Amino acid sequence: MTALVFVDGGDEELSAQALTFARGLGEELHAVVVGAPAAPERLGEFGVSVVHLASGLESYAPAAWAQAVVELISRVVPDVVVGPGTERGNEVLAHVAAKTDQPMAANCVSVSPGGTATVTRVRWGGSLLEEARLHGSPLLVTVAPHAVAAETIAGGADSRPAAIAEFAPTVAEADLVVRVSERIGAAASGVSLSDADVVVSGGRGVGSAEGFAVIEELAELLSAAVGCSRAVTSAGWRPHTDQVGQTGTKISPEIYIACGISGATQHMAGCKGAKKLLAINPDGEASIYAHADYAVIGDLHEVVPAISAAIRKARGA
Amino acid sequence: MNILVCVKRVPLTGGKIVLTDDERAISTRHLGFTISPHEECGAEEAIRIIEAHGGTSTVLTLGPPEAEEQLRDMMAIGIDRAVHLVTDGGEWDPQATAAAIVAAIRAEDEPYDLILFGNESADAGNYQVAIRVAHALGLPCVTGVKGLGVDGGSLRCEQEVAGGRDVFLVPMPAVVTVKEGLNLPRYPSVPGRLRAKRKPLAASTPERPDPQLEMMRLVLPPGSGKQVEVLGRGPEAAPAVVGVLQELGLV
Ligand SMILES: Cc1cc2nc3c(=O)[nH]c(=O)nc-3n(C[C@H](O)[C@H](O)[C@H](O)COP(=O)(O)OP(=O)(O)OC[C@H]3O[C@@H](n4cnc5c(N)ncnc54)[C@H](O)[C@@H]3O)c2cc1C
Ligand SMILES: Nc1ncnc2c1ncn2[C@@H]1O[C@H](COP(=O)(O)O)[C@@H](O)[C@H]1O
Repeated sequence: MTALVFVDGGDEELSAQALTFARGLGEELHAVVVGAPAAPERLGEFGVSVVHLASGLESYAPAAWAQAVVELISRVVPDVVVGPGTERGNEVLAHVAAKTDQPMAANCVSVSPGGTATVTRVRWGGSLLEEARLHGSPLLVTVAPHAVAAETIAGGADSRPAAIAEFAPTVAEADLVVRVSERIGAAASGVSLSDADVVVSGGRGVGSAEGFAVIEELAELLSAAVGCSRAVTSAGWRPHTDQVGQTGTKISPEIYIACGISGATQHMAGCKGAKKLLAINPDGEASIYAHADYAVIGDLHEVVPAISAAIRKARGA
Repeated sequence: MNILVCVKRVPLTGGKIVLTDDERAISTRHLGFTISPHEECGAEEAIRIIEAHGGTSTVLTLGPPEAEEQLRDMMAIGIDRAVHLVTDGGEWDPQATAAAIVAAIRAEDEPYDLILFGNESADAGNYQVAIRVAHALGLPCVTGVKGLGVDGGSLRCEQEVAGGRDVFLVPMPAVVTVKEGLNLPRYPSVPGRLRAKRKPLAASTPERPDPQLEMMRLVLPPGSGKQVEVLGRGPEAAPAVVGVLQELGLV
């Protein structure tokens, strides 16, 4: 078994997970990196024997990057091509699949190669799993984020460095039509939702845009990011950048405080990474309580200000 | 301008997913249906571009006879016409879905200038139908778009990335996949719903090829196994909440 891993230079962690996942499938591990990575030989720590460095394609061009992978497939002849379940990992592998007319399974949590390969993959943003047969060659898969923990091989840093093989893929003009022409920096404002250690969210139960004042006050006291449910963004109370969930932001705070949120599967898909969940809802039967560590049964407009006051008191302010 | 938007009918699951006895589908006995929020934004964007530049917007779905409901919903908010590729409700894999969409696009009298998709479907999340369609039609494809501008014959597409936005400039015709947040979709009005009933809908029944990504069984992920601790009722629970926050070192 030979596995070829597409490494997404924009996401070291998920790429390391993809390498760890692929190592579990094949005896021989190759990696392909497009652009100019830092210290590619260090991928040897993950068991990679050869890193194929595609030159001449520095700015992101999905179809062209996929062409580099297609070229390598004919050279390395892997049994399986693995990508990380990042935006770019899924996009590049989908282009590889389209170019080679092979099936592709996105966001897999397990892959069993063999006669007829089977995969288990994520649906509904993680709320459901699917077992499927994958009738392709090579197998094209991406790895669901956090399906495995990234692990170096035994010996880790002392391992043999990977061999570096540079190549300049032949890319058609048409594959370069879609490429990044400019990067606009985001105006940094407050704590980013995806990286926040504490998130305080409001749902439909908040009742109005003005109602978020109590949520913002508590968030401020805890240096937390403010989040919300889709009911809130659809009503225009908060911008979509605040939305937690399957089609919003995925969060992984130490504690998630969800106020007036019922716990729809699509909302919960965005906060599975939260270590603790405190829900505040007057409905003791709300689905969110099936996922919560702590509950306060009650009206958020009474409970949340009381929590803010109690925090101030505890801090002696 | 001639714009197509592709949408997929999916069950609107609530707090808990229940599977059918054969474990091949979500039990929908008590559920309504919808489309992905990404696709709703695609439809809204199509309507806005046509309002600004003139032309025709079309919505397409591959799905069971009941999926006409989603086509009418989109026509109720302003899409002009619909194409329904009718199935028996069984699962179509992404290659088969893309092939059917490509055939339907080729069968149209007028070519499309812009073909919009969701970044990923709500249920299957295959992340590939649009890319396959673009490849088959020889069109450029930009994914995950959260800002779209039409400038003469070309498009300015903005994609959110860590630390900012990446900009792609592409000529039309093009395929673009969009994400929720691109716009705030409008709700249908009562007159809109009435108009939608009379808007043209072209139905056909494509043949399903053998699946290459063959769904065998759905499985519910293991539950959290959490036992919720009720800290209290109403504002009296505040000190207990502070206790929890203190344990976490936040207070
Ligand atoms: C494909 C798809 C993707 C989706 N993606 C997302 C997503 O990314 N994020 C997301 O959030 N949703 C998403 N949704 C929508 C999701 O299905 C739910 O509709 C949504 O999460 C509901 O938001 P909510 O909990 O605020 O509202 P509701 O479900 O209406 O719940 C409101 C809750 O507030 C409680 N409440 C009422 N008054 C008070 C009060 N005074 N104090 C405290 N609590 C009170 C009620 O008891 C109730 O539990 C998606 C849906 C689909 C189909
Ligand atoms: N059955 C379908 N009918 C119409 N469009 C679809 C269908 N399945 C997928 N699509 C479109 O392709 C996008 C990506 O789907 P997927 O590749 O499954 O993630 C969706 O957001 C839709 O725009």
